[in-house]
This record gives sequence, C-alpha cells and structure tokens, in this order.
Amino acid sequence: MRAMRTLAALACSLALRGVAASDSRISFQTPQTLIAQDIVDLHTWIMVIIIVIFVAVFGVMFYAVFRHRKSLGHKARPFHENTTVEVLWTVIPALILAVMAWPAAKVVLAQKDSRGATITIKATGYQWFWGYDYVDYGFGYKSKLATPRKQIDNAQDKDPHYLLEVDEPLVVPVGQKVRILTTSNDVIHSWAMPAFGVKQDAIPGFIRDTWFKAEREGTFRGQCSELCGQDHGFMPIVVKVVSAAKFQDYVSQKQAAAKASADDPNKIWAMADLVARGQKVYEANCQACHQANGMGSGPFPALVNSKIATGPVQGHLSIVLHGKSAMPAWQGLSDTEIAAVITYERNHFNHVGDILQPKDVKLARK
Amino acid sequence: MTASTETLHLQHADHQAHADAHGWRRWLYATNHKDIGTLYLWFSFSMFMLGGTMALGIRAELFQPGLQFWHPEFFNQLTTLHGIIMVFGAIMPAFTGLANWMLPLMLGAPDMAFARMNNWSFWLLPPAAALLVISLFVPGGAPAGGWTLYPPLSIQAGMGMDLAIFAIHLLGLSSIMGSINIVTTVLNMRAPGMTLLKMPMFAWTSLVTAYLLIAVAPVLAGAVTMLLTDRHFGTHFFKAAGGGDPVLFQHIFWFFGHPEVYIMALPAFGIVSQILPTFARKPLFGYVSMVYAVCSIAILSFMVWAHHMFAVGLPATAQLFFMFMTMLIAVPTGVKVFNWIATMWQGEMTFETPMLFAIGFVCLFTVGGFSGLVLSIAPIDIQMTDTYYVVAHFHYVLVAGALFSLFGATYYWLPKWTGQMYNEKLGKLHFWWSMIWFNVTFFPMHFLGLAGMPRRIPDYPLQFTDFNSVASVGAFCFGLGQLLFLYNVINTIRGGAGRAPARPWEGAHTLEWEVASPAPHHTWEMPPDEALVKKGLRAQLLDQDHE
Repeated sequence: MRAMRTLAALACSLALRGVAASDSRISFQTPQTLIAQDIVDLHTWIMVIIIVIFVAVFGVMFYAVFRHRKSLGHKARPFHENTTVEVLWTVIPALILAVMAWPAAKVVLAQKDSRGATITIKATGYQWFWGYDYVDYGFGYKSKLATPRKQIDNAQDKDPHYLLEVDEPLVVPVGQKVRILTTSNDVIHSWAMPAFGVKQDAIPGFIRDTWFKAEREGTFRGQCSELCGQDHGFMPIVVKVVSAAKFQDYVSQKQAAAKASADDPNKIWAMADLVARGQKVYEANCQACHQANGMGSGPFPALVNSKIATGPVQGHLSIVLHGKSAMPAWQGLSDTEIAAVITYERNHFNHVGDILQPKDVKLARK
Repeated sequence: MTASTETLHLQHADHQAHADAHGWRRWLYATNHKDIGTLYLWFSFSMFMLGGTMALGIRAELFQPGLQFWHPEFFNQLTTLHGIIMVFGAIMPAFTGLANWMLPLMLGAPDMAFARMNNWSFWLLPPAAALLVISLFVPGGAPAGGWTLYPPLSIQAGMGMDLAIFAIHLLGLSSIMGSINIVTTVLNMRAPGMTLLKMPMFAWTSLVTAYLLIAVAPVLAGAVTMLLTDRHFGTHFFKAAGGGDPVLFQHIFWFFGHPEVYIMALPAFGIVSQILPTFARKPLFGYVSMVYAVCSIAILSFMVWAHHMFAVGLPATAQLFFMFMTMLIAVPTGVKVFNWIATMWQGEMTFETPMLFAIGFVCLFTVGGFSGLVLSIAPIDIQMTDTYYVVAHFHYVLVAGALFSLFGATYYWLPKWTGQMYNEKLGKLHFWWSMIWFNVTFFPMHFLGLAGMPRRIPDYPLQFTDFNSVASVGAFCFGLGQLLFLYNVINTIRGGAGRAPARPWEGAHTLEWEVASPAPHHTWEMPPDEALVKKGLRAQLLDQDHE
C-alpha cells in the first residue's frame, strides 16, 4: 500500500516536473492528537468497506460489459424484476451502514466533549489574520502571515513553509487539553488544524468551541478554511506545541511584554513618529489591496489624490472604522494603529495633510 | 366528443399559425415545446462554455504556487461565478430543456401544458445570465463570496452581489414555472393507457425533480431577499450586531441546497435509465423499485441539509442526526446502481456513444457516491469540509454525473432532433477523451483534500504543487475536448453521418421513437392509440399483463 502510494505520487511528479523529490501526500497529515488518529482509523475502516463493495460491484458490471455484448453473439435474457434481490440489496447496505455509524458516533461524541480543559484560548478571525487571547493569562496578540510579498509575486524563491508561516504562532503545552473558543471580528472564518483533527468556524457575534490535546511537541500548520474574502488563502494558523516548563516561561515573558508595550491611547504623537508607525500598519493591513504605491488594483481604488485621503479627516476615519463594500471595517486595529495609518495615508504619496491623534479615534468609536 | 375534436382542430389551426413564424420571431415568440427545448439546450451549452472558461481561469492560476494571473479578489469572483453559472445556467436549464423536448414525445402529448408560460420561463434566463456577466464590470466586481453567498461576506460585497441576487430571483422564477409545466404535463397529458407506473423513468425523475424545485426554489429566493434587505434596508437577519445570526443563512441556504443537489442528479438517473435498457436490449431491471428509490431520495434530501455545516459547531445530537440521515441516502442510491447493473447483466450490449456515457456515468457517479459516504461521517467531514476533497466529490457527481448524462442524452436523442446521425467515431473519441481527462483533473483533488488543502484559495503551500499541476493540465485537456462535442453537434445538424431512421437504436421502445426523425414540428396532435402505447410498454417494461 505504502509502496503504491509512493509510486503514484512519484509517477505524477515525474510526469510533470521531471523530478522525483516530492512532498505530496495522498492521505491525511500525520495525526498529532487521539481524535485525529480516530478520524484516520475511521477513514481507513470505511475505505476498506468501500473498496470491497467497489471491487464486487465493478467486477459484476465489467464482467457483463465484457461478456454480455452483442458482438460476442450474446442474446439478451429479458428478465426485469426480482423481489428477493431487491430486498437483499436494500437490507444488506443498511446493515453495512449501521456497522459504519457506530464507531463514527463514538468519535462525534468524543470530539464534542470540550469539558475539563486546562487552558482556554480565544481565537478571533480578522480579515485576514488571526488574533489569540490567552483568557486565563491576560495577554493576547495578532498572528499574521510572515511569507514575504515577493515570494507570493514570484520575485523570490519560496520558503519550505511558504504561506504556512506566521510572525507569532499560537503556543500551547504538550499533553494538556486546550480549549479553543472561536469568534470573528468581521466575516466567517474557520480555525483548522488538520494534524489535530480540528476545524471550527469562527462566527462573528457568536462563540463556538473546540478542543485538542497534542501528544507531541512540534510546530503544526493549518489554514483558514472558510472563504473570508480576498486574502482567505493568506491567513495561516501555526501552533507550536512545547513542554509545560517552556510554556510557563512563554506565558510570563508575554505577560511582561504586554505590560511594557501597551500603547497609551491618550499619548500625543509627533507627526514623524506617527507616519513611521503608520507605514508599518499600512504594510501589514492595507498594502495587499491598495498597493505599496497607493495606486490600488482591480476593484480596489487608488488612495493617491483620492477624495477620502485628501478630504476631511472625519470621512477618512469613518471609512477605516466602518468599511464600505469591499473595504472591511478595521475596528480590530488599536486606536494608535488607526491614527497612525490615517496620518500616514494623509501625509505620504505626496499628500500634505493633517495629523490624527489616537484620542480622536477613541472618541470616534463611541 | 364533438367538442373535444373541435378543440383539437382549433388548436391545430392555432399551431399552424405559429409554425409560420420565421427568423427571430420563431424563437422569441416560441411556444412549441421543441423550439423551447432547443433554446434551453443552446443556452445551457453557452453557459457551460462560459463557466468552463472561468474554470480554466481558476486552474491556470493554480497550476503553480504563487500569484501568476489574477488578483485574489478576481480569483474569488471566478470561483463564485463558475459555481453559479454551472449550477443555475448550465446544468439546470439543460435538464429543463431535455424535459421540454422529450416529455411530450415520450408521453404522447401534443406539447407542454402551458405553452406561453413555457416561453416566459425560458426568456427569463438570458437576462439573468446578462446580470451575472454585467456584475463583472460594475464597481467592486462580481460576487466573490462563493456560490453559497454566505453572509456577512456577501453583505460586504459591492453592487455585483445585488445583480447576482436579482439574477437568482429570475432563475428561480424560471425554474418554478418550468417545474409547474413539467408537473402538469406529466400528470395530465399522458397518452391513454400510460399509467404513472408505466411511464418512462425519465418522466418519473423529471416529475420528482420538478416537485423538489417547486419546494425549494422559493426558499432560495427568500434567503437571497433577506440578504438584499440586510444589505440595503437595515434588517439584521444575518447580522449578529442587530440580533441576527449569520448561521441562519446557512440553514436556509442548505435547506434549498441539498435538494438542489438531487435536482441536478435525479434527471441524470432518468436519462441513464432510458439509455441502459436501449443498448442492453433488455427492459430496465426493477422499474418499480427505481421509482421508490427516486422518491425516497427526494424525501431524504430534505432532512440532511446540515451535513454541509458540520464545522459550524452544531450540538452533538444534531451532528448525529444529520450524519445518520445522510448515510441513509446511500441505501436508495445503492439500489439504483444495483438495478442499473442488473439491467446490463445478461444483456445484448452494444457500445454506441450514449451507452458509453451512461456506463461512464454509472462508474464515476458511484465513485462520487463513495466519497459522499466518506463525507457523511461527521468526524471525517470535519477534516474534509472546505477542502479539495469536497471539490473532488461534487465534481464527480456533477460533471461525471449530471454532465455525462447530458452528453449521453444529447447523442441518444440527437438523431430524433436533427434527423441526422452524428459521427460515431468522434462521439467515442469525445467520451474517452472526457473520461480520461476528467479523472486526471478531479481524482488528484481527493489527495489534496485529504492532505488538507482548503478550497477557494488562489495560492497554496508547496506540498500541494504536484497534484495541482496535474489537475490543471487535466482541466485544460478536458475543456478543449468539449469543442469536439460542439463540432460533432453542429456537424450533425448540417448533415452528419447521413439520415437517421425514426428508430435509430435497435433496442429503443419508448414513444418518441414512433414519430419520424427529425421529429415534425407538431407531434401527437392526436394521442397515440392504446395499442401503440402498449406495444412500447411491453418491450420497455414487460409490465404485469404481458402475454
């Protein structure tokens, strides 16, 4: 079986690329939780049944196709019904289904049982990145795609973890039950980690939960699995599973850092600092649509000399906060970040405009 | 008696008047079921080419990792329009077109029951298609939230979404009217002696499909209207901030969406149940159990919708209920496959193009059924949902299922429609070409899905490269091969491989083969007499009272 898989993958890659080296898989990623293992086992069991049925059904059909043909002089025997076989091929499949349903039901119940978790983390979907809040420890952060734009545009060789790398992964301890609460800031996303057997939609305005208990340390990768707009393919999920001790270190480090770096929304910024900060925010959030040169692309309008970026600041702030058609609402950014990016847009691209302070953003949110 | 003869004469005169219409008037004012059927079929084929071109746009981008051709937003517009156009523009109108052309002929009826409504139900389609195409050029572009139109994403979208919503309204209206016509025709206009349990399987599946459409098309219309009011009139059906629930849309959509799957599958079952007995020169095995199977599939299809939503976070009891109900559909579906095989068993088979497509259908639809069974298992579905496994699954059911049956039907009835035989060699080439490249395109997608590749992404991690490249090559070959089909059809209309007799297939016994080829503009103005109906039925069904 393994040999056949390798052969199949090899044949395909050889045929197309002339190389034998390939990471292609034709089955599940290696399971890292008991649930994921259960799913693989369930799938194997069902595939065994399916292959047996497949061989039997196709065997009979192709026997007929090859033997019962006019060109061999075979004469039709016009029988057309038989209640016994009809009953048999209704009842037997029903029994086979029952044999499949029983183990499947057990896994459903296990998967749904999120009680007794030691750690709870809230995963919030944003267009287009994830935010994680360690609700028991009082810190949180955003986790964004780390693959450089140049690799996506084919201007640079791609890393092995192309599109599966983030600036800050989710860090969890090994062997402990982790409960993930999912929700969303804008549209529906889905938090998926194939190696854990987990996929849970993140629905704005609602909280859903799922859980996993990773059996091994390591770094595991997944992707958003519900269409959420243009950069749906660019918001990966990376989970780093570490030892309990390392996890404790990580938590204390994060808590200290959170205290130190919190932006004070009442701080009054100087123009140059705010523009510099705004450029970072722009690159992380705006550039994908409006482009680095601010000229926009396709359905996404240019900012350069646009009415919004050069008109009254309140209109500019309102569109960033509330969005409009394809432009999402950026409520998820902090007051400082929004003030910075608006100031950047109004004072870059040859624009000369006003400065927007974080406290004004704070005011406008109310 | 005198009165009814008089009516018949009057109708006759009326028809003659219509037959005089030439040029564009013949088509714009068409009330003849054959003309309307032809319109439907050409419309659906052009939509198939349009949706297919979009699919090639998708596959071109996915040939290699990285962004090569499209902006991601436009890529999403392509996947969305491809889905909407193929489902509502290509597959559904094609089946309605076939029903229009063939049901009156097969049932011994002079026309469809409501000829003028028939005209309107067709002519709503081109404006709907135009709205979808125009949406590409409005500010914000075409809808890009997937053919499922999930809010809040679809609420964010630009005015392209509004155009799509209106297009869906028109398509829904058209479907409902088409269905009313089919139901009325099948129930009221059968030839004397043709009881419900003696009519051809294609009539049965069209009837059940029409009922499904009448039941669920209004549900879809309701769902998209709620989207529209959420977008523009401040309602909050699907906005949590106003007390609504985005998941409510999914429940409504899939309450439509799952029966919709069978709306696209049941007529295919009917077609295959006509073709297999013809070329096996044997009656259809288990006719009555086939009818029961179609009806139970239709009923079960209303009770499984949430299996599209296993990752939404349903309560455990709901997961279990929808999993069990979904698994149950395998029983009647299995019965159908077994009956088809028993029809072929001990037959006297020949393998003309329609037969090849019918056998291809049985093989690949069964594969799609198996992947459906895998997906019915909720824990496995949670791994597979929104991955390429699902893409593979539904293309096995919709391309190798619905589309192959449509190709089979076209080759089967083309001699009746045009009076000419098609080029058999070219037809067989078209079959084998489609069969091979279909599998090259879609089989590797199972592997991609198992390994975790999400669907609806314009770019992907490197480990998915090989199979995506294979699928893209397959898709371009498959797509180009469809030009063979177009060429063969046009060539047949222009003379093809010579004149077709009234009954070009030795084993064909239904009533449409009793009229000349090409079928005259008006047929069965007087219903076929009972002896003729009986003769066909005896050969086709060998019903209880055969001597």
